[in-house]
Amino acid sequence: MEPVTVTAAQTKLDAQRIRADFAYLEELRNGKPVAFLDSAASAQKPRQVLDALRDFYEHSYANVHRGVYQRAERATAGYEGAREKTRAFVNASSTREIVFTRSATEGINLVAYAWGLDNLGPGDLVVVTELEHHSNYVPWQYIAKRTGARFRMIPIDDLGELQLDALDDIAREGNVKVVANNLISNTLGTVNPVERLTEWAHEQGAIMVVDAAQAAPHRAIDVQALGCDFLAVSAHKMCGPSGVGALWGRADLFDAMAPFNLGGHMIRSVRYEDTTWGQLPYKFEAGTQPIAEAYAFGAAIDYLSAIGLDAIEQHEHELVEYAMERLAEIDGVSVYGPPADRRAGIVSFNLESVHPHDVSQVLDWENVAIRGGHHCTQPLMKRLGVAATCRASFYVYSIPDEVDRLVAGLVKAKQAFA
Amino acid sequence: MGEFDQLYREVILDHYKNPRGHGAIPDADAHAEGQNPLCGDEVSIYVSFGDDGDTIDEVKFEGRGCAISQAATSMLIEMVQGRSATDIAALPKEELLEEIGIPLTPVRLKCAILGLGVLKVALHRAKGTPLPEGWSTLAVELEFLADD
Repeated sequence: MEPVTVTAAQTKLDAQRIRADFAYLEELRNGKPVAFLDSAASAQKPRQVLDALRDFYEHSYANVHRGVYQRAERATAGYEGAREKTRAFVNASSTREIVFTRSATEGINLVAYAWGLDNLGPGDLVVVTELEHHSNYVPWQYIAKRTGARFRMIPIDDLGELQLDALDDIAREGNVKVVANNLISNTLGTVNPVERLTEWAHEQGAIMVVDAAQAAPHRAIDVQALGCDFLAVSAHKMCGPSGVGALWGRADLFDAMAPFNLGGHMIRSVRYEDTTWGQLPYKFEAGTQPIAEAYAFGAAIDYLSAIGLDAIEQHEHELVEYAMERLAEIDGVSVYGPPADRRAGIVSFNLESVHPHDVSQVLDWENVAIRGGHHCTQPLMKRLGVAATCRASFYVYSIPDEVDRLVAGLVKAKQAFA
Repeated sequence: MGEFDQLYREVILDHYKNPRGHGAIPDADAHAEGQNPLCGDEVSIYVSFGDDGDTIDEVKFEGRGCAISQAATSMLIEMVQGRSATDIAALPKEELLEEIGIPLTPVRLKCAILGLGVLKVALHRAKGTPLPEGWSTLAVELEFLADD
């Protein structure tokens, strides 16, 4: 590994100042503020995003792309403005390639159904990884079954990193048509070699589908540099509202695909005999979209961009490094996944002979919020040989003091169950 | 740690650390296993009936999961030993919850009644005892997992 170089121009993130934007972090319970260490599940929302949502509903809300009155035009401009912000955020070449969805999950389902049903069949292989979130696993497993294609997993090694030497064996089993992988594992924080996998997928004539739900909040995304074919994100993990996400896809692939949801606005013309589809991206946006939420997603992108994605990545890296150091001090704590320099701001661990649910419960009494469970990654849990793990995850508002409170709470849990 | 003592009272921790009736019965008359898909708690229950075909003569369980799920199942095993299958099939969850005797949030309630649901499914399969409506969701999950 080459040492991490930090450019002199990079502004260091000021988490204390950022915390003032989040009302939840100011609430006290039994005199203590929350140590919110579950941002990987969903991030908290800053006032700027909530203000944008309210302001849009109060002053710009109407249905989009329909009315000719002034307010409808303002709503359309706000909605399409958010599309442009999303385009810039993932460095796509055109807003035609940005489809608003309900979530990253819906984006992946869109590709699995609309591309998969017409392009997969017996003899084909659908390849996912042992690290996938169920949202990038189950749709592919299901569509593979529906189409008669085979379903394969790229295994991980003991550090939770993909075993790329398994690729050749997989390629010999059939025609690889889809490779689906998350850029960052939501459970282990592993940063996956998506560029390398994309190269391999394209050598096989396959499409590369990237689940960036866990990556987009934390690091700069560049779909052109990644080289992939589809990439899905969720706003709620990025300080934006729930109920909205985006799917980027190559225009030529989107153009060739059948629609996913059918209904209003996604059509060109509807006759009794037949219906023709609208232009990109509207072909994939049937019905009234989460308009204000998409607008507020744009505000969240502004918020993150103002902090700086590189600064966010660096901040989380420092926190996860500190957390792994401190967790190693407690006897009986096992940490899963790669070393700090090869992971994002997520750490999964177990406390010997205490179930993650009990750990989470004891921590909750200290007002430390972590996640205990399988994190929608049951195949990974099986590989790790555990039913569940505890997971702490960090974001822009996380501070080292919260790591210290986590560690103190774990020591208490350990003593209580000893 | 007042909150700790309230939820993880001594008897719960005792059952968690020293589960009663832990193990399998190789030729059990009734058996079921289940999982709480939310948190991955797992419980398998084995039952042997007495000569009358109704008395729960021997009952054992295996499992892994949180303290509440495992301790509650252990307490259940003690409760049902020697009672009739017909009675247990109709046992309201409140009777077990009273025995457990701790305040439970809705999430932890599922942990606490997992074992009882598994036992009811085991009896239902072996003896055709009814599964009351309240258990249907859990039973569907259990049946699904048992088909794996």
